[in-house]
Amino acid sequence: MKSMRIATAVAAALVVVACATTAVAVGSTTKTVSISVASLIPGSTPAAIQQFNAQVAQFQKKYPSIKVKPVEYQWTAPTFASKLAAGTLPTVFEVPFTDARTLGDNGQLADLTSLAKALPYFSKYNTAVLAEGTDAKGRIVALPKGAYAQALHYNRKLFQQAGLDPNKPPKTWAQVAKYALQISQKTGKAGYAEMGKNDNTAGWILTTVVYTLGGRMEKGTGTKAVATLNNPQTVAALNMLRHMRWVDNSMGSNFDYGWSDINQAFAAGNVGMYISGSDVYTNLVQASNIDPSIYGLAAVPLAKNKNAGVLGGGTEVAVKPSANAAEKAAAMKWIDFFYEAPLVSKSRAIQNANTLAANKQPVGVPALPLFNKKQYDLANSWIKSFINVPIGQMKPFLTDVFSQPLIPEPPASTQSVYNALNSVVEAVLTDKNANIQSLLAQANQTAQAAISAGK
Amino acid sequence: MDAISEIEVEGAALARGRYRARRTPATWVRNGGLSTLVFLLPLLFVFGAFSWYPIVRTIVMSLQHTNLVEAPTWVGFDNFRAVWNDPLFPIAVKNTAYFALLALIFGYPVPLAAAVLMSEARRGRGLYSALAYLPVVIPPVVAVLLWKTFYDAGSVGVFNTVLGWVHLGPYPWLQSASWAMPSLVLEATWANAGATVIIYLAALTSVNAELYEAAEVDGATLWQKVWRVTLPQLRGVLLVTMILQIIGTAQVFLEPFLFTSGGPANSTLTVLLLIYNYAFGNSLGGDYGMATALSLMLAGFLAVFSLAYMRATRSWSTE
Repeated sequence: MKSMRIATAVAAALVVVACATTAVAVGSTTKTVSISVASLIPGSTPAAIQQFNAQVAQFQKKYPSIKVKPVEYQWTAPTFASKLAAGTLPTVFEVPFTDARTLGDNGQLADLTSLAKALPYFSKYNTAVLAEGTDAKGRIVALPKGAYAQALHYNRKLFQQAGLDPNKPPKTWAQVAKYALQISQKTGKAGYAEMGKNDNTAGWILTTVVYTLGGRMEKGTGTKAVATLNNPQTVAALNMLRHMRWVDNSMGSNFDYGWSDINQAFAAGNVGMYISGSDVYTNLVQASNIDPSIYGLAAVPLAKNKNAGVLGGGTEVAVKPSANAAEKAAAMKWIDFFYEAPLVSKSRAIQNANTLAANKQPVGVPALPLFNKKQYDLANSWIKSFINVPIGQMKPFLTDVFSQPLIPEPPASTQSVYNALNSVVEAVLTDKNANIQSLLAQANQTAQAAISAGK
Repeated sequence: MDAISEIEVEGAALARGRYRARRTPATWVRNGGLSTLVFLLPLLFVFGAFSWYPIVRTIVMSLQHTNLVEAPTWVGFDNFRAVWNDPLFPIAVKNTAYFALLALIFGYPVPLAAAVLMSEARRGRGLYSALAYLPVVIPPVVAVLLWKTFYDAGSVGVFNTVLGWVHLGPYPWLQSASWAMPSLVLEATWANAGATVIIYLAALTSVNAELYEAAEVDGATLWQKVWRVTLPQLRGVLLVTMILQIIGTAQVFLEPFLFTSGGPANSTLTVLLLIYNYAFGNSLGGDYGMATALSLMLAGFLAVFSLAYMRATRSWSTE
């Protein structure tokens, strides 16, 4: 009987403790919400990290009940897929335009519709940009972080050393090849380099070049889309690449550059020209410590073809699907504060630019408007006094880009299309006798299978 | 059966019955059953959680289509068929076989030759063993980063600079479809030979010294001693290290993943890298069904190959 009483007392005590613990937990969740957010890419400079931490401090001061934990983050296809499968992505993370919609359709992103629509500037978004983060059911699963147009980045110092005018970057592909040869002969560096890694960057850049020649990788959308990888412009783009690689020998000796590697090689002064997004200067400063004086930015050359255009893309910000309502609300506040408000709110734009400039981080890197050109120009006028990027050296790009037709990435199975093209680019760069037609036929078959399967 | 035998059998049966009747939980605990179970539990848990459960999950997942978020659907043997029909599958198998062959031709004799030479050394044997083993203790990722600088295809690359002194090169190393795989084998041999050298050195100490003395009395040369005495004496170890190497090279992943990601143009795409690409190559969520199906196909092949190998070499290794 005594043991019965002890057991009852112990059980009662446990119930009391459990209730007390629950009360504290409920009380604490209503008080403080913790979220993890994608911060900078691994290897960023201490100044860049300091700047980000300052942004976090400002946010936490504004929202004392939200605790933000920055997590180093860089989107790459394999690492993203692994983290997605393991559920280890931060609460707020970034994905390319190409992936947000499908991830949303697969239930892999949180539904942000009501929170997004509550933003005061929601109605001002460019509808085409907003559509990139809207799934098939019309739910908003991601908001845009930034949009870019592909651009030609060039080293002004190598241009000078090669006897070229750094204020007159190439306007045609023939000039690109000619200048590349001149740079490689006069300086011993790679005149022109191209991402050639099979992490889909090789396919991404090849698609960019094909667009500039007027070609397309697909016709139609969804699983009914038809792969057209083996179009005449792709053949022409690959032949151009083969000529620079094997005849001119103007592409250096490394052909397996990925996104980060080519940025590093360029910042180190080993590459004369390369193609990447117009906003890559931020990374060149934050992760590769570039000397701003060598940097030059130009629009990609367009062929005289009515379909020629510049590939445009961008990055979306999303929230992981397991986030609860409080975490989602906190995540949206961070998205608003860190990503969106600096583009539409004068006070926030100035605060953001001030923080960046104070920590010697780039302000005024060229991008494409998320709202409209007028808003983009207005936001730039707010932060004019903080702009610290060599804007004069970016003039060739800024002059031409807004008159170039902007073409979105292939809509169906984008990453699979790029993936199929990777090995073709690699083969052309590493095998003198690569059979372009046969490689493209195989790639087209692979891409079509992926498109039809919705992969 | 005579009467005495029947009585003996009945007696034994009764004794067993009594013994069984006495095996209660209390006697089981008294006889040390509980402590056995307590000692066994961690082992069961570790194996269960990290070996048996994943194996069962692999088998189940190979028959499903899943993105690990939505409910999986059963697809029968579709994943196996999809792997079989994938144009990259024969490429991966061919590349893996090529890696295994190159490793067998170049990587297999190196540790043996090194061990024999070291055992012949009169002094500094410990130092030589330590130097041979050193690459094994270097973290593989660090080793690969180191070798990437060696393999720089420019004329300033370490290997190309050294070869340039004798007017050779520059060679493309990892930047060429035909050079990439031999380059990977070279690094893998350097990185892994040390462990095998130590095994051979240990095995060499067990060779009866009298056999060498007898060979010397008969006027045998060093090569004859190695061929007629050392190799036959080591054949058991040699056969085991060979099957271990074949199994290891069939599962090569680290070198192609870190050096080339399977490139250039799929020339270093191996079976394990293809499994990885199925699972994680697509940022929209991998094809875990195909990845697990190919994993099972590889495991099945290696199991059958190992059995056939053991059967074929049984008499050879014990005669």
